[in-house]
Amino acid sequence: MLSTALMIGFFMVGTALLLGGWRILIGPTLPDRILALDTLYINSIALIVLFGIHAGTSLYFEAALLIALIGFVSTVAVAKYLLRGDIIE
Amino acid sequence: MAMAVEILVSFLILTGATFTLIGSIGLVRLQDFYTRLHGPTKATTLGVGSIILASLVFFTAKTGVLSVHEVLITLFLFITAPVSAHLLAKAAMHRQEKKVKNTHGEPWGQ
Amino acid sequence: MKRFWPSPLLSLVMWCLWLLLANDFSAGQMVLGVFFAWLIPVLTQPFWLSRPRIQKPWKLLSFLLLVHRDIVVANLAVAKLVLGSPSRLRPAFVEVPLDIRDDFVITMLASVVSLTPGTVSADVSRDRSVLLVHGLDVADIPEMIATIKQRYEAPLKEIFGC
Repeated sequence: MLSTALMIGFFMVGTALLLGGWRILIGPTLPDRILALDTLYINSIALIVLFGIHAGTSLYFEAALLIALIGFVSTVAVAKYLLRGDIIE
Repeated sequence: MAMAVEILVSFLILTGATFTLIGSIGLVRLQDFYTRLHGPTKATTLGVGSIILASLVFFTAKTGVLSVHEVLITLFLFITAPVSAHLLAKAAMHRQEKKVKNTHGEPWGQ
Repeated sequence: MKRFWPSPLLSLVMWCLWLLLANDFSAGQMVLGVFFAWLIPVLTQPFWLSRPRIQKPWKLLSFLLLVHRDIVVANLAVAKLVLGSPSRLRPAFVEVPLDIRDDFVITMLASVVSLTPGTVSADVSRDRSVLLVHGLDVADIPEMIATIKQRYEAPLKEIFGC
């Protein structure tokens, strides 16, 4: 039962990633694309955690944590760039 | 593994995946940037939180040792999601992005 | 005292974070955690802005529980809105007047408003008197302002006593 639930979970999160990719492609504005990238990194954390359960190892936890850290910093950096035209003032 | 644990983990995974998907559907379906901001920042965060809870229960039951370090990711996401949403909203208002016609009130120009 | 142990609460939080990160509750990790929980606040002390003291810790706990419940309950409502017809939404920019002036408490309020679905805090005015909130589907604007003020701002004001 768990493996079925995992497969459905993989499918749904994968679809979510594709939808985010679609939003990046069609835009129409820059903040939209950044928002889509932000969603993509959060979705990929979900995917990695699911894969960790599937593989039965908690080694993937570090990867998920690193993506969370780097994703947040990059979203803030790009949003700050749009806001001020500069990242570090 | 006990049946009850398996049911609980499956339920959490499916709930989490559903919310994650709904967040992304909102990202594609809604009509202007400001409404699109709502889907990902909340539904997705809750979805990932639920999936991480599933992982926590799964590894605790599997190894028999309390495994709580996944909570760190949830904690981090819950603290950072509002910050990035706030910054993106500010950036969009600064660039004076279009809003849908029936929006009440005005965004602030910077 | 202040220089060698700047913030007991921060130290406690750091100690818990260290144990979570190590995912190992042995005595050795606990001692190492105490060391880092002491060292890092002392080293970073010059960077910290002043922040208000928590007056009522128990109130904070019940507030966090309330926020968690709201996040889950209201997420279901937003899921329904997202899957329904997008043209039926009534989005609105709402200016919420603030009673609190402290930067840290306003940040907490804005984060809570953003996390509870249906609302995203978009901006704070320069003099910290108005919070601009974007609502996804607002039926009654004065009611929404009243909800934010009573449900979230009043407890925060009480907790931090400002």
